[in-house]
Amino acid sequence: MAETVGLKARRAGRLSGVDAFLWFVRVVVLVAVAWGSYKSISSGRLTAAQWRGLIVAGVSQGAVYGLVALGYTMVYGVLRFINFAHGEVFMAGSMIGFFVANGLSGTAMWASLPFVALLIALLAAMATSTSISLVLERVAYRPLRGLPRLVPFITAVGASFFLQYTFAGLFGADSKAYPPVEALKGGFTIVGFRFGKVQALVIVATIVMMIGLYLFVERTKAGRAIRAVSEDQEMASLMGINVDRSIALVFAVGGAMAGAGGLLYGLTFGQVDFLSGFLVGIKAFTASVLGGIGNLAGAMVGGLVLGLIESLGPSLVLFGLGVPSAHQLQDVVAFLALVMILIFRPTGILGERLAEERA
Amino acid sequence: MAEAVQTDLREELLPAREVDLRRSLRVGLLGGLTAVFVSAVGMVQSFDEAGLVVGPLSFGDILLLAVPFVFGVLAGQPPPVLKGFAEPTPGARNVIAGGVAGLLTGVVLGVFVALVDTFDVRDIFTRISPELLDILTYGQTLAVGILIGLVVNVILGLAGGASKLLGQRWRRPLFRALLVVVMLGVLEALVSQILRGARLGRVQDALYAPTGELQLPSAIAIGLGLFGLGLWLRDQPRAVRERIGAMERERRRLVAAGALVALVAVLGILPRVLGPFLTEVLNIAGIFLLMALGLNIVVGLAGLLDLGYVAFYAVGAYATAVLTSPASQAFSPELSFWVALPLVILAAVAAGLLVGTPVLRMRGDYLAIVTLGFGEIARILFLSDALKPVFGGAQGILRVPDIAIGPIEFRGPELFFYAILAFALVASYIVYALQDSRIGRAWMAMREDERVAEAMGVNTVAAKLWAFVIGAMLASFGGALIAVKVGSIFPNSFNVIVSFTVLIIIIVGGMASIPGVIVGALILVALPELLREFQEFRYLLYGALLIVMMLRRPEGLIPSRRRARELHEEEVVQDAWLRAQAADASATPSGE
Amino acid sequence: MRKPRWLVSIALFGALALVAAACAEEEEPGAEEFSPGPLGAVTVEPGAPIKIAVFESLSGDTASLGEDQLRAVQVAVDDKGGELLGHPIEIVELDDGCAAEQGTTGAQRIVADPEIVGVIGTSCSGAAIPAMEILSEEGFTMISGSNTSPLLTSIAGEEATAHLPGYFRTAHNDEIQGAAAANFVFSELGLTKAATIHDGDPYTEGLATAFGKSFEELGGEVVLATSVGVDQKDMKPVLTEVAAAGAELVYFPIFQPAADFIAAQAKEVAGLDAAVLMGADGLLSDTYIELPQTEGMYFSGPASPTGSEYEEFVGKYEAQFGEKPIQAFHAHAYDAANVLFAAVEEVAVEEDDGTVHIDREQFRNAVAATSGFQGLTGTITCDEFGDCADPKITVVRNTEAEKTIDQVRANVLYTFEP
Repeated sequence: MAETVGLKARRAGRLSGVDAFLWFVRVVVLVAVAWGSYKSISSGRLTAAQWRGLIVAGVSQGAVYGLVALGYTMVYGVLRFINFAHGEVFMAGSMIGFFVANGLSGTAMWASLPFVALLIALLAAMATSTSISLVLERVAYRPLRGLPRLVPFITAVGASFFLQYTFAGLFGADSKAYPPVEALKGGFTIVGFRFGKVQALVIVATIVMMIGLYLFVERTKAGRAIRAVSEDQEMASLMGINVDRSIALVFAVGGAMAGAGGLLYGLTFGQVDFLSGFLVGIKAFTASVLGGIGNLAGAMVGGLVLGLIESLGPSLVLFGLGVPSAHQLQDVVAFLALVMILIFRPTGILGERLAEERA
Repeated sequence: MAEAVQTDLREELLPAREVDLRRSLRVGLLGGLTAVFVSAVGMVQSFDEAGLVVGPLSFGDILLLAVPFVFGVLAGQPPPVLKGFAEPTPGARNVIAGGVAGLLTGVVLGVFVALVDTFDVRDIFTRISPELLDILTYGQTLAVGILIGLVVNVILGLAGGASKLLGQRWRRPLFRALLVVVMLGVLEALVSQILRGARLGRVQDALYAPTGELQLPSAIAIGLGLFGLGLWLRDQPRAVRERIGAMERERRRLVAAGALVALVAVLGILPRVLGPFLTEVLNIAGIFLLMALGLNIVVGLAGLLDLGYVAFYAVGAYATAVLTSPASQAFSPELSFWVALPLVILAAVAAGLLVGTPVLRMRGDYLAIVTLGFGEIARILFLSDALKPVFGGAQGILRVPDIAIGPIEFRGPELFFYAILAFALVASYIVYALQDSRIGRAWMAMREDERVAEAMGVNTVAAKLWAFVIGAMLASFGGALIAVKVGSIFPNSFNVIVSFTVLIIIIVGGMASIPGVIVGALILVALPELLREFQEFRYLLYGALLIVMMLRRPEGLIPSRRRARELHEEEVVQDAWLRAQAADASATPSGE
Repeated sequence: MRKPRWLVSIALFGALALVAAACAEEEEPGAEEFSPGPLGAVTVEPGAPIKIAVFESLSGDTASLGEDQLRAVQVAVDDKGGELLGHPIEIVELDDGCAAEQGTTGAQRIVADPEIVGVIGTSCSGAAIPAMEILSEEGFTMISGSNTSPLLTSIAGEEATAHLPGYFRTAHNDEIQGAAAANFVFSELGLTKAATIHDGDPYTEGLATAFGKSFEELGGEVVLATSVGVDQKDMKPVLTEVAAAGAELVYFPIFQPAADFIAAQAKEVAGLDAAVLMGADGLLSDTYIELPQTEGMYFSGPASPTGSEYEEFVGKYEAQFGEKPIQAFHAHAYDAANVLFAAVEEVAVEEDDGTVHIDREQFRNAVAATSGFQGLTGTITCDEFGDCADPKITVVRNTEAEKTIDQVRANVLYTFEP
């Protein structure tokens, strides 16, 4: 095995230059974060209440990322494939949620039973996203299983753009403003943290759905089938599990979560347009990687962490470093988080949960 | 074609010789949904504004008519047969299958029309307007229109199914003639310009009406003429190619050189012939071509899916602008273009290293997302207030001076064409030289299997970085040229759509193949510029095209042979196995 | 089949055609009596149309701004009976996308068509600046009905950086609007601490800066001047900074959709719930004021014209398009079109057979010399830098009672006329 040793040594030699550079980057980032945070907080520019407001906003936003990230992480866990079009699945749910909410907003139900109306909109959004996700899987991804991985990925990129512009064509390219919900105006304070009612709704809804998902994956037969398929597809099919159906189910569940996220996003920002899915999609993927791909809890953790980084990053770190108009660089912070995590801890915060790399 | 295998197996493997009703219905349903989709999205209405032939046949109508026809063809296809076995002879059942599909398409469309007429959905589906309804019902009342639609769809479906009956000999020339006639109608601006430039104004008048549509008699004449020509010449291209292939190496080289010289001559006079607007279109396509050549190296040769390629393009553009324009605030050395160029290349190299280093150890799809992130980071940074003193923020940088060689300023589309041509030739040469070089082979090895390549001694770290660096360089050429051409740059032009467009050019055109990339750039960039009605749906069609290409022909339109083989590996292996089986079976007596 | 055969056929055909075309000679232009000036001229054959480019925002979130002006130009054309000097007037529509990039590509389309006499446009200053770089060079003249950025003409009486010959506008210079808004906030509302937010576009930045300058001259304090991205959705961080700076008023003279998010999220940021929100003319459209979060907001903008002629115009507009004008600059566009027509009529050289020659330099000078021209918006006189407007700025407010843009614009709280 002298050859292997030689090979390892050679590789190590080549990489040490690169490794050194990466270590240097790691140190710079850590120092920058620490220094920036210290300066920002010590400058006293933002009050404690305002910091807390940013934290709540980050958590609420992060919950939405987490819901969408669930779809990415499940599909990757089973198929080792990034469903690039998942962001558009999210957008579709958000749009249809808008139309239903808009339609219902003229009726009596909106005023008297707003949560029932919202529930209807939520179900519509989830149904739409689930259908689109299933169609995607059936038409675009299933025929390409087994081909070199880039081929289905490129298909997903194509599907993403196709969906975006389909929605633009069907429903118009302008932004759709969600109708206001009287019951969701205002907020309340808990332990000094001020929660807007919408933010509280987002967090509560997310918790409920996470619990539901957990129960589904751990306790039901279908959930066990999914776990089996993600462990070892061949074995699972030999054991009598309908692999195709399980995979479809994964896409469906992921889609449903994304649809819910879409409606909550619409309520949070009040608007949605056909491009909303693109950025949210990338960030949700970042979240799933942050938390550990293939890991359901990781997706949610990653989402919350990303939300907080995005919300606090500019004000906390960049401002302290003297960057003018730091809030413009919010997305840069999010993307840098992705790069950093992939360089330094590619398995994510909670670690990956994937099957062994197949030959 | 391999001989038909003479065993009983054949009867068992082939499906029954009747109309596959379920399949026809499924195809028809799909056709109907497509027709509805195309209407709801607004394509029918937008295309309706342009006409193909003088008279009632607009492109919108053609689009609608094409749907049942195409799906009729699909339904009329004989059932899929394993390679090596003979296809069943087409007959009435193909036609009927097509008709059934057409019928269902008509039914679905009819239901759609009826629904839309009853319920006003314009609030939601913004494109479903009374005008659309008018088109769909052929200008008649609802019931009559639906009925007409049904009949038309059935007839076209039958025609589509019958197309198989014609046989290769007739079908190919017919389709090609039709295609050319449609293209003549679509590309009216281009053809008119060429005819005018060639002093063939009379021909132009005979061909086109003042409104830009084809004159019916000319269209028919050309269609028939081409059909005849196609029948007569049907085997000529292949004969020519075979003859060339049969020539000795030296003569083949001469032929290739001759073709190249002719090509260069044509390119030299092209701007003069085409006029400013069309040359401008070619210029835009040319810049994308440059970028595609660069991305070809990163994705096609080295197998690194870079979705943030626009970042290098932006670096090239901004470097050029900052170095040459007097309008950049903090730092404006106002160098001349040629003096600035090496510095621009340096900036691109730095960018390539900056992007390449962190992604060295990442898996393929992660690499894609991270590079996408880098692309966005670049755009945001160029847009930001923080870097505004250098990069101009949202207002960008104006007053970028033209390229000059001595006293000649490359101003105006025609002169600029030559500048782009020069860069494109250089870039093509670089790609061509790299393909067969040591690093090119290192890339191909790496693309196949990274670990094995490492074991064979390939320095994958260096290879990856080289790929990024060279790709960045070529993209920066594109950036430099666009900055000079437009005279100003703005951060929001450097968005993910540019990366996506370049990607689709190489995917559709053919990865790792220079002619493929050229064809891709022409079809995907030049063509949409000429088709104004098409503009709105450009990215929708790109997306659909990408999906279809990946499903059917992942190696692209004009691929490199190696790539095609890689992607259809399984089929190649299966082919070989089947042929071996057929050889075996014919050698031994039939029966179990 | 690797290389589809049809490609070869098409390539051969194309090559042959091109060779044929190249071998053909170019036509020599015949000698004419009319000799064009240094910028060239437009020759309109008998029966051919006189082409006017209308280069406005026709799509996206600012579509109402452009659509409104395009319609106004169409009414102006109709008022001329659809023709000028015996030739029909043809409108060439181009979309400026309210962005620099489309400003560039549109301008290139215009210069590629030598039959275009003049340009009415753009809607957005951000598109006008790069557009003029191209148009000015090629001798074209552009009159805008809604560009207001000071950068395009003059700042404090001195030529501004983006000013180029051939540019004119009938809309006000935002220095005046900034002063109007500042005066209103300081004197009428009595607030002394303001924050400004722009979005990087020259118009928004110019107006925000002008406001800030005037505000400080009056004695107020601009506690924070910052910007957001046009497609930014999360405004919490920037609004938190604004709150931290202690602003009593937030002036964000930007466009939709960014403004939608600012208005909605401002209320949710601790420290801003009592702050006053104020926008500008970019937001004076139905699509913005119908949003619930904009209730109570103030807007600075050009005054609605008055008088019988304006009423007549509105009547014609409504008759043709089925609704009242949808934004704030239609009258300015109408005036711009008429200024253009008047200049054409003044400099055109007509031959007996009906051919019309319009020298570009003379045309440009004629527009520049416009003086005392009576338009819907007042008396139009062009200064040396292209500002031709008769400015009158009002501050209006969106309250619960106002449902349409008309009503909001009628709810005038303050008028400023320098």
